[in-house]
Amino acid sequence: MKSIFRLLSIMIIAASLSSCGYNSMVEKREAVSREWANVESAYQRRADLVPNLVNTVKGQANFEQQTLTQVIEARAKATSVQVDASKLSEEDIQKFQAAQNELKGSLSRLLVTVEQYPDLKANQGFIELQAQLEGTENRINTERNRFNESVNDYNAYISQFPAVLTAKMFGFTPKGYFQAEPGSEKAPTVKF
Amino acid sequence: MISVKANRIPRAIYSWTGLKQAWTLLCVLLISLWGTVSAQDIKLPARPNPPRLVNDYAGMLSSADADALESRLVQYEKETSTQIAVVIITTLDGADRAQYATELMHEWGIGQKDKDNGVLLLVAKEDRTMFLGTGRGVEGALPDAICKRITEYTIKPKFKEGDYAGGINAGIDDIQSALKGEFKNDEPQDDGSGFNVGWIVLAVIVIILFFSFFSGGNNGRTYSSAGSSLPWFLLGALSSGGGSSSDGDSWGGGGGFGGFGGGDSGGGGAGSSW
Repeated sequence: MKSIFRLLSIMIIAASLSSCGYNSMVEKREAVSREWANVESAYQRRADLVPNLVNTVKGQANFEQQTLTQVIEARAKATSVQVDASKLSEEDIQKFQAAQNELKGSLSRLLVTVEQYPDLKANQGFIELQAQLEGTENRINTERNRFNESVNDYNAYISQFPAVLTAKMFGFTPKGYFQAEPGSEKAPTVKF
Repeated sequence: MISVKANRIPRAIYSWTGLKQAWTLLCVLLISLWGTVSAQDIKLPARPNPPRLVNDYAGMLSSADADALESRLVQYEKETSTQIAVVIITTLDGADRAQYATELMHEWGIGQKDKDNGVLLLVAKEDRTMFLGTGRGVEGALPDAICKRITEYTIKPKFKEGDYAGGINAGIDDIQSALKGEFKNDEPQDDGSGFNVGWIVLAVIVIILFFSFFSGGNNGRTYSSAGSSLPWFLLGALSSGGGSSSDGDSWGGGGGFGGFGGGDSGGGGAGSSW
Protein backbone atom coordinates (compact mmCIF):
# COMPACT_ATOMS: atom_id res chain seq x y z
CA MET A 1 0.00 0.00 0.00
CA LYS A 2 2.78 2.36 0.97
CA SER A 3 4.79 1.57 -2.15
CA ILE A 4 1.79 2.20 -4.37
CA PHE A 5 1.33 5.58 -2.73
CA ARG A 6 5.00 6.37 -3.27
CA LEU A 7 4.81 5.33 -6.92
CA LEU A 8 1.71 7.45 -7.41
CA SER A 9 3.32 10.53 -5.88
CA ILE A 10 6.42 10.11 -8.03
CA MET A 11 4.22 9.90 -11.10
CA ILE A 12 2.32 13.01 -10.09
CA ILE A 13 5.52 14.94 -9.51
CA ALA A 14 6.95 13.76 -12.83
CA ALA A 15 3.75 14.68 -14.65
CA SER A 16 3.58 18.13 -13.09
CA LEU A 17 7.24 18.81 -13.90
CA SER A 18 6.92 17.83 -17.52
CA SER A 19 3.64 19.67 -17.87
CA CYS A 20 5.39 22.83 -16.71
CA GLY A 21 7.87 22.49 -19.56
CA TYR A 22 5.12 21.44 -21.91
CA ASN A 23 2.93 24.42 -21.20
CA SER A 24 5.62 27.01 -21.74
CA MET A 25 6.66 25.17 -24.88
CA VAL A 26 3.14 25.49 -26.19
CA GLU A 27 3.11 29.14 -25.21
CA LYS A 28 6.36 29.83 -27.03
CA ARG A 29 5.17 27.94 -30.07
CA GLU A 30 2.01 30.02 -30.09
CA ALA A 31 4.12 33.17 -29.88
CA VAL A 32 6.02 32.01 -32.96
CA SER A 33 2.77 31.39 -34.86
CA ARG A 34 1.48 34.79 -33.83
CA GLU A 35 4.60 36.48 -35.10
CA TRP A 36 4.37 34.47 -38.27
CA ALA A 37 0.88 35.81 -38.87
CA ASN A 38 2.30 39.33 -38.56
CA VAL A 39 5.07 38.49 -41.01
CA GLU A 40 2.55 37.16 -43.51
CA SER A 41 0.30 40.18 -43.24
CA ALA A 42 3.27 42.51 -43.73
CA TYR A 43 4.17 40.66 -46.93
CA GLN A 44 0.54 40.61 -47.98
CA ARG A 45 0.46 44.36 -47.56
CA ARG A 46 3.24 44.68 -50.10
CA ALA A 47 1.51 42.34 -52.52
CA ASP A 48 -1.66 44.43 -52.17
CA LEU A 49 0.21 47.57 -53.12
CA VAL A 50 1.54 46.15 -56.36
CA PRO A 51 -1.68 46.57 -58.42
CA ASN A 52 -1.84 50.24 -57.34
CA LEU A 53 1.75 50.75 -58.31
CA VAL A 54 1.29 49.02 -61.64
CA ASN A 55 -1.78 51.09 -62.44
CA THR A 56 -0.07 54.35 -61.59
CA VAL A 57 2.95 53.49 -63.68
CA LYS A 58 0.89 52.12 -66.57
CA GLY A 59 -0.75 55.51 -66.95
CA GLN A 60 2.62 56.85 -67.97
CA ALA A 61 2.92 56.77 -71.77
CA ASN A 62 5.25 54.12 -73.23
CA PHE A 63 6.40 52.78 -69.89
CA GLU A 64 8.61 49.72 -70.28
CA GLN A 65 6.26 46.77 -70.52
CA GLN A 66 8.86 44.19 -69.62
CA THR A 67 9.59 45.50 -66.13
CA LEU A 68 5.86 45.70 -65.43
CA THR A 69 5.22 42.14 -66.53
CA GLN A 70 8.07 40.95 -64.34
CA VAL A 71 6.56 42.63 -61.31
CA ILE A 72 3.13 41.16 -61.97
CA GLU A 73 4.56 37.68 -62.45
CA ALA A 74 6.70 37.89 -59.34
CA ARG A 75 3.69 39.01 -57.36
CA ALA A 76 1.61 36.07 -58.54
CA LYS A 77 4.42 33.73 -57.61
CA ALA A 78 5.00 35.28 -54.20
CA THR A 79 1.35 35.11 -53.21
CA SER A 80 1.08 31.50 -54.35
CA VAL A 81 3.75 30.29 -51.91
CA GLN A 82 1.90 29.43 -48.71
CA VAL A 83 3.59 28.19 -45.59
CA ASP A 84 2.00 25.86 -43.07
CA ALA A 85 2.07 27.93 -39.88
CA SER A 86 2.19 24.82 -37.71
CA LYS A 87 5.48 23.64 -39.23
CA LEU A 88 7.59 26.63 -40.25
CA SER A 89 10.61 24.48 -40.98
CA GLU A 90 13.87 25.87 -42.29
CA GLU A 91 13.06 24.87 -45.91
CA ASP A 92 9.54 26.32 -45.74
CA ILE A 93 10.88 29.67 -44.72
CA GLN A 94 13.65 29.62 -47.30
CA LYS A 95 11.16 28.87 -50.07
CA PHE A 96 8.87 31.64 -48.87
CA GLN A 97 11.73 34.06 -48.62
CA ALA A 98 13.03 33.21 -52.09
CA ALA A 99 9.65 33.93 -53.70
CA GLN A 100 9.27 37.17 -51.77
CA ASN A 101 12.78 38.27 -52.67
CA GLU A 102 11.98 37.86 -56.34
CA LEU A 103 9.10 40.28 -55.94
CA LYS A 104 11.31 42.63 -54.02
CA GLY A 105 13.96 42.51 -56.73
CA SER A 106 11.51 43.20 -59.54
CA LEU A 107 10.01 46.09 -57.55
CA SER A 108 13.47 47.60 -57.12
CA ARG A 109 14.05 47.34 -60.85
CA LEU A 110 10.72 49.03 -61.49
CA LEU A 111 11.58 51.88 -59.17
CA VAL A 112 14.96 52.32 -60.82
CA THR A 113 13.27 52.47 -64.23
CA VAL A 114 10.97 55.20 -62.95
CA GLU A 115 14.02 57.42 -62.63
CA GLN A 116 13.82 57.91 -66.41
CA TYR A 117 10.33 59.37 -66.20
CA PRO A 118 10.52 62.82 -64.59
CA ASP A 119 6.75 63.40 -64.81
CA LEU A 120 6.10 60.26 -62.85
CA LYS A 121 8.79 61.01 -60.34
CA ALA A 122 7.26 64.39 -59.53
CA ASN A 123 3.71 63.01 -59.39
CA GLN A 124 2.36 63.39 -55.86
CA GLY A 125 0.36 60.19 -56.13
CA PHE A 126 3.48 58.32 -57.07
CA ILE A 127 5.55 59.86 -54.27
CA GLU A 128 2.96 58.76 -51.75
CA LEU A 129 2.72 55.33 -53.27
CA GLN A 130 6.43 55.05 -52.92
CA ALA A 131 6.23 56.14 -49.28
CA GLN A 132 3.71 53.37 -48.74
CA LEU A 133 6.04 50.89 -50.40
CA GLU A 134 8.92 51.97 -48.19
CA GLY A 135 6.69 51.73 -45.13
CA THR A 136 5.78 48.21 -46.15
CA GLU A 137 9.42 47.23 -46.43
CA ASN A 138 10.05 48.62 -42.98
CA ARG A 139 7.09 46.70 -41.58
CA ILE A 140 8.37 43.52 -43.19
CA ASN A 141 11.79 44.08 -41.61
CA THR A 142 10.26 44.78 -38.22
CA GLU A 143 8.04 41.73 -38.26
CA ARG A 144 10.81 39.50 -39.55
CA ASN A 145 13.09 40.58 -36.72
CA ARG A 146 10.39 39.95 -34.15
CA PHE A 147 9.62 36.60 -35.71
CA ASN A 148 13.27 35.63 -35.51
CA GLU A 149 13.39 36.71 -31.87
CA SER A 150 10.40 34.54 -31.00
CA VAL A 151 11.87 31.59 -32.91
CA ASN A 152 15.14 32.08 -31.08
CA ASP A 153 13.30 32.01 -27.77
CA TYR A 154 11.41 28.87 -28.73
CA ASN A 155 14.37 27.00 -30.23
CA ALA A 156 16.58 27.77 -27.26
CA TYR A 157 13.89 26.60 -24.87
CA ILE A 158 13.18 23.26 -26.53
CA SER A 159 16.85 22.36 -26.79
CA GLN A 160 17.71 23.00 -23.13
CA PHE A 161 18.09 20.04 -20.84
CA PRO A 162 14.92 19.22 -18.95
CA ALA A 163 12.70 20.59 -21.69
CA VAL A 164 14.42 18.73 -24.50
CA LEU A 165 12.97 15.44 -23.22
CA THR A 166 9.42 16.77 -23.30
CA ALA A 167 10.08 18.34 -26.69
CA LYS A 168 11.26 15.01 -28.12
CA MET A 169 8.33 13.20 -26.57
CA PHE A 170 5.67 15.54 -27.94
CA GLY A 171 7.33 16.28 -31.27
CA PHE A 172 8.31 19.93 -30.80
CA THR A 173 10.72 20.57 -33.66
CA PRO A 174 12.93 23.62 -34.12
CA LYS A 175 11.57 26.37 -36.40
CA GLY A 176 13.41 28.12 -39.21
CA TYR A 177 14.73 31.67 -39.23
CA PHE A 178 14.68 34.36 -41.84
CA GLN A 179 18.16 34.76 -43.21
CA ALA A 180 19.57 38.18 -43.90
CA GLU A 181 21.06 38.33 -47.37
CA PRO A 182 23.88 40.66 -48.25
CA GLY A 183 22.44 44.00 -49.28
CA SER A 184 18.85 42.91 -48.73
CA GLU A 185 18.29 44.75 -45.49
CA LYS A 186 17.85 48.01 -47.39
CA ALA A 187 14.39 48.63 -48.75
CA PRO A 188 14.17 49.24 -52.49
CA THR A 189 14.42 52.99 -52.29
CA VAL A 190 14.95 55.60 -54.91
CA LYS A 191 16.30 58.92 -53.78
CA PHE A 192 14.38 61.92 -55.04
CA MET B 1 52.93 52.37 -7.18
CA ILE B 2 49.65 50.63 -6.73
CA SER B 3 51.23 47.40 -5.54
CA VAL B 4 53.24 49.26 -2.87
CA LYS B 5 50.11 50.83 -1.56
CA ALA B 6 48.22 47.56 -1.65
CA ASN B 7 50.78 45.97 0.64
CA ARG B 8 49.83 48.37 3.38
CA ILE B 9 46.20 47.37 3.37
CA PRO B 10 45.43 45.09 6.33
CA ARG B 11 45.35 41.43 5.45
CA ALA B 12 41.76 41.06 6.59
CA ILE B 13 40.51 42.73 3.44
CA TYR B 14 41.94 39.95 1.33
CA SER B 15 40.02 37.38 3.33
CA TRP B 16 38.12 34.81 1.38
CA THR B 17 34.65 36.14 2.26
CA GLY B 18 35.61 39.64 1.17
CA LEU B 19 36.76 38.40 -2.22
CA LYS B 20 33.69 36.25 -2.56
CA GLN B 21 31.41 39.18 -1.79
CA ALA B 22 33.19 41.39 -4.27
CA TRP B 23 32.90 38.68 -6.90
CA THR B 24 29.18 38.24 -6.23
CA LEU B 25 28.69 42.00 -6.45
CA LEU B 26 30.47 42.04 -9.80
CA CYS B 27 28.36 39.18 -11.09
CA VAL B 28 25.12 40.79 -9.95
CA LEU B 29 26.10 44.07 -11.60
CA LEU B 30 27.12 42.39 -14.85
CA ILE B 31 23.94 40.33 -15.01
CA SER B 32 21.73 43.33 -14.31
CA LEU B 33 23.51 45.31 -17.03
CA TRP B 34 23.43 42.46 -19.54
CA GLY B 35 19.76 42.74 -20.42
CA THR B 36 19.97 46.44 -21.12
CA VAL B 37 23.16 46.33 -23.18
CA SER B 38 22.48 43.40 -25.45
CA ALA B 39 18.91 44.36 -26.24
CA GLN B 40 19.46 45.99 -29.63
CA ASP B 41 21.92 46.35 -32.46
CA ILE B 42 21.17 49.99 -33.15
CA LYS B 43 22.54 52.26 -30.44
CA LEU B 44 19.51 54.05 -29.05
CA PRO B 45 19.47 56.83 -26.47
CA ALA B 46 18.29 55.69 -23.04
CA ARG B 47 14.73 56.45 -22.11
CA PRO B 48 14.66 59.96 -20.62
CA ASN B 49 14.41 60.17 -16.86
CA PRO B 50 12.45 62.19 -15.78
CA PRO B 51 10.28 61.32 -18.77
CA ARG B 52 9.94 63.95 -21.48
CA LEU B 53 8.17 63.99 -24.82
CA VAL B 54 10.62 66.42 -26.42
CA ASN B 55 14.19 65.15 -26.36
CA ASP B 56 16.71 67.30 -28.18
CA TYR B 57 20.07 65.56 -28.03
CA ALA B 58 21.52 67.69 -30.82
CA GLY B 59 20.74 71.18 -29.47
CA MET B 60 18.60 72.05 -32.47
CA LEU B 61 15.89 73.86 -30.53
CA SER B 62 16.26 76.73 -28.10
CA SER B 63 15.28 75.71 -24.59
CA ALA B 64 12.30 78.08 -24.70
CA ASP B 65 11.04 76.44 -27.91
CA ALA B 66 11.62 72.97 -26.51
CA ASP B 67 9.71 73.80 -23.32
CA ALA B 68 6.81 75.31 -25.23
CA LEU B 69 6.66 72.25 -27.45
CA GLU B 70 6.86 69.96 -24.44
CA SER B 71 3.95 71.59 -22.67
CA ARG B 72 1.95 71.57 -25.89
CA LEU B 73 2.49 67.83 -26.29
CA VAL B 74 1.86 67.08 -22.61
CA GLN B 75 -1.41 68.99 -22.83
CA TYR B 76 -2.35 67.01 -25.93
CA GLU B 77 -1.57 63.75 -24.18
CA LYS B 78 -3.76 64.73 -21.23
CA GLU B 79 -6.68 65.39 -23.57
CA THR B 80 -6.34 62.47 -25.94
CA SER B 81 -3.91 59.99 -24.32
CA THR B 82 -2.00 60.09 -27.62
CA GLN B 83 1.73 60.45 -27.08
CA ILE B 84 3.54 62.46 -29.72
CA ALA B 85 7.28 62.39 -29.04
CA VAL B 86 9.93 64.51 -30.72
CA VAL B 87 13.46 63.13 -30.65
CA ILE B 88 16.34 65.01 -32.22
CA ILE B 89 19.64 63.16 -32.52
CA THR B 90 22.95 64.26 -34.03
CA THR B 91 23.38 61.34 -36.38
CA LEU B 92 21.85 57.98 -37.24
CA ASP B 93 25.36 56.54 -37.49
CA GLY B 94 24.52 54.72 -40.70
CA ALA B 95 21.33 53.13 -39.38
CA ASP B 96 18.16 53.15 -41.46
CA ARG B 97 15.95 56.02 -40.26
CA ALA B 98 12.76 53.95 -40.38
CA GLN B 99 14.32 51.10 -38.45
CA TYR B 100 15.84 53.48 -35.91
CA ALA B 101 12.49 55.16 -35.30
CA THR B 102 10.64 51.86 -35.02
CA GLU B 103 13.17 50.47 -32.56
CA LEU B 104 13.06 53.64 -30.50
CA MET B 105 9.26 53.57 -30.29
CA HIS B 106 9.41 49.92 -29.31
CA GLU B 107 12.11 50.38 -26.66
CA TRP B 108 10.72 53.53 -25.09
CA GLY B 109 7.15 52.31 -25.38
CA ILE B 110 5.73 55.47 -26.92
CA GLY B 111 1.92 55.48 -26.81
CA GLN B 112 -0.51 53.75 -24.48
CA LYS B 113 -0.11 50.01 -24.13
CA ASP B 114 -3.63 49.01 -25.09
CA LYS B 115 -4.00 51.60 -27.88
CA ASP B 116 -0.51 51.76 -29.40
CA ASN B 117 -1.26 55.41 -30.09
CA GLY B 118 2.29 56.72 -30.21
CA VAL B 119 3.75 59.05 -32.81
CA LEU B 120 7.45 59.80 -33.10
CA LEU B 121 9.06 62.57 -35.06
CA LEU B 122 12.70 61.57 -35.33
CA VAL B 123 15.14 64.17 -36.65
CA ALA B 124 18.80 63.44 -37.36
CA LYS B 125 20.48 66.83 -37.48
CA GLU B 126 23.72 66.06 -39.28
CA ASP B 127 22.19 63.54 -41.67
CA ARG B 128 19.59 66.19 -42.54
CA THR B 129 16.88 63.59 -42.51
CA MET B 130 13.73 62.88 -40.51
CA PHE B 131 11.19 60.13 -40.03
CA LEU B 132 7.65 60.34 -38.80
CA GLY B 133 6.90 56.99 -37.18
CA THR B 134 3.43 55.78 -36.24
CA GLY B 135 2.33 53.26 -33.67
CA ARG B 136 0.07 50.42 -34.77
CA GLY B 137 -2.98 52.20 -33.40
CA VAL B 138 -2.55 55.40 -35.41
CA GLU B 139 -1.69 53.79 -38.73
CA GLY B 140 -5.32 54.11 -39.77
CA ALA B 141 -5.53 57.85 -39.19
CA LEU B 142 -1.95 58.54 -40.21
CA PRO B 143 -1.15 56.20 -43.09
CA ASP B 144 2.32 56.32 -44.60
CA ALA B 145 1.15 58.50 -47.49
CA ILE B 146 -0.09 61.17 -45.06
CA CYS B 147 3.13 60.95 -43.05
CA LYS B 148 5.04 61.50 -46.27
CA ARG B 149 2.88 64.55 -47.03
CA ILE B 150 3.59 65.97 -43.59
CA THR B 151 7.35 65.50 -43.72
CA GLU B 152 7.73 66.42 -47.39
CA TYR B 153 5.40 69.39 -47.77
CA THR B 154 4.96 70.75 -44.25
CA ILE B 155 8.16 70.20 -42.30
CA LYS B 156 10.81 70.00 -44.99
CA PRO B 157 10.31 73.51 -46.46
CA LYS B 158 10.64 75.08 -42.99
CA PHE B 159 13.69 72.99 -42.16
CA LYS B 160 15.29 74.13 -45.40
CA GLU B 161 14.90 77.72 -44.20
CA GLY B 162 16.45 76.75 -40.88
CA ASP B 163 13.17 77.25 -38.99
CA TYR B 164 13.31 74.02 -37.00
CA ALA B 165 10.85 74.90 -34.23
CA GLY B 166 8.40 76.26 -36.82
CA GLY B 167 8.72 73.10 -38.93
CA ILE B 168 8.15 70.78 -36.01
CA ASN B 169 5.18 72.81 -34.74
CA ALA B 170 3.61 72.90 -38.20
CA GLY B 171 4.13 69.15 -38.50
CA ILE B 172 2.42 68.60 -35.17
CA ASP B 173 -0.50 70.78 -36.31
CA ASP B 174 -0.96 68.39 -39.22
CA ILE B 175 -0.58 65.29 -37.07
CA GLN B 176 -3.14 66.57 -34.59
CA SER B 177 -5.66 67.46 -37.26
CA ALA B 178 -5.22 64.01 -38.84
CA LEU B 179 -5.78 62.37 -35.46
CA LYS B 180 -8.74 64.56 -34.55
CA GLY B 181 -11.40 62.49 -32.78
CA GLU B 182 -9.40 59.27 -33.00
CA PHE B 183 -8.57 58.90 -29.33
CA LYS B 184 -9.75 60.31 -26.08
CA ASN B 185 -8.31 60.00 -22.63
CA ASP B 186 -10.69 57.67 -20.86
CA GLU B 187 -8.63 57.36 -17.71
CA PRO B 188 -7.49 60.79 -16.53
CA GLN B 189 -4.03 60.63 -15.03
CA ASP B 190 -3.52 60.87 -11.30
CA ASP B 191 0.04 61.98 -12.04
CA GLY B 192 1.23 58.52 -11.04
CA SER B 193 2.39 59.85 -7.65
CA GLY B 194 -0.21 58.01 -5.57
CA PHE B 195 0.82 54.83 -7.32
CA ASN B 196 4.49 55.38 -6.46
CA VAL B 197 3.86 56.18 -2.80
CA GLY B 198 1.84 52.99 -2.54
CA TRP B 199 4.76 50.94 -3.77
CA ILE B 200 7.20 52.65 -1.40
CA VAL B 201 4.95 51.96 1.58
CA LEU B 202 4.60 48.36 0.49
CA ALA B 203 8.37 48.02 0.12
CA VAL B 204 8.94 49.43 3.62
CA ILE B 205 6.41 47.01 5.10
CA VAL B 206 8.04 44.10 3.33
CA ILE B 207 11.49 45.12 4.60
CA ILE B 208 10.23 45.47 8.17
CA LEU B 209 8.53 42.08 7.99
CA PHE B 210 11.65 40.60 6.52
CA PHE B 211 13.84 41.75 9.40
CA SER B 212 11.35 41.06 12.16
CA PHE B 213 11.05 37.55 10.80
CA PHE B 214 14.79 37.02 10.95
CA SER B 215 15.50 38.63 14.32
CA GLY B 216 12.38 37.19 15.98
CA GLY B 217 12.47 33.72 14.55
CA ASN B 218 16.11 33.01 15.32
CA ASN B 219 17.48 34.21 18.66
CA GLY B 220 20.98 32.95 18.02
CA ARG B 221 21.42 35.21 15.03
CA THR B 222 22.59 38.72 15.79
CA TYR B 223 20.99 41.74 14.21
CA SER B 224 24.24 42.80 12.58
CA SER B 225 24.47 39.64 10.52
CA ALA B 226 21.02 40.29 9.15
CA GLY B 227 22.02 43.90 8.62
CA SER B 228 24.94 42.95 6.45
CA SER B 229 22.58 41.26 4.04
CA LEU B 230 20.53 44.42 3.66
CA PRO B 231 22.64 45.96 0.89
CA TRP B 232 22.37 42.77 -1.11
CA PHE B 233 18.66 42.72 -0.71
CA LEU B 234 18.37 46.34 -1.78
CA LEU B 235 20.78 45.86 -4.65
CA GLY B 236 18.69 42.99 -5.93
CA ALA B 237 15.53 45.07 -5.74
CA LEU B 238 17.19 47.98 -7.50
CA SER B 239 18.76 45.98 -10.30
CA SER B 240 15.58 44.08 -11.01
CA GLY B 241 13.73 47.37 -11.11
CA GLY B 242 16.19 48.70 -13.66
CA GLY B 243 15.93 45.59 -15.78
CA SER B 244 12.17 45.60 -16.01
CA SER B 245 11.97 49.24 -17.05
CA SER B 246 11.90 48.25 -20.72
CA ASP B 247 8.45 46.79 -20.26
CA GLY B 248 6.93 50.23 -20.37
CA ASP B 249 6.04 50.93 -16.78
CA SER B 250 5.30 54.57 -16.21
CA TRP B 251 7.13 56.00 -13.23
CA GLY B 252 5.80 59.47 -12.74
CA GLY B 253 8.25 62.22 -11.99
CA GLY B 254 8.72 65.97 -12.19
CA GLY B 255 6.64 68.04 -14.62
CA GLY B 256 3.43 67.15 -16.32
CA PHE B 257 4.40 64.14 -18.38
CA GLY B 258 3.77 60.86 -16.56
CA GLY B 259 5.97 58.62 -18.70
CA PHE B 260 5.64 56.53 -21.81
CA GLY B 261 2.79 54.08 -21.74
CA GLY B 262 4.35 51.00 -23.34
CA GLY B 263 2.87 51.38 -26.83
CA ASP B 264 4.41 49.60 -29.78
CA SER B 265 5.10 50.27 -33.42
CA GLY B 266 4.98 47.81 -36.28
CA GLY B 267 7.16 49.97 -38.51
CA GLY B 268 4.66 52.43 -39.99
CA GLY B 269 5.48 55.95 -41.11
CA ALA B 270 7.46 57.86 -43.71
CA GLY B 271 10.36 60.25 -43.85
CA SER B 272 12.08 62.93 -45.88
CA SER B 273 15.51 64.44 -46.17
CA TRP B 274 16.12 68.16 -46.44
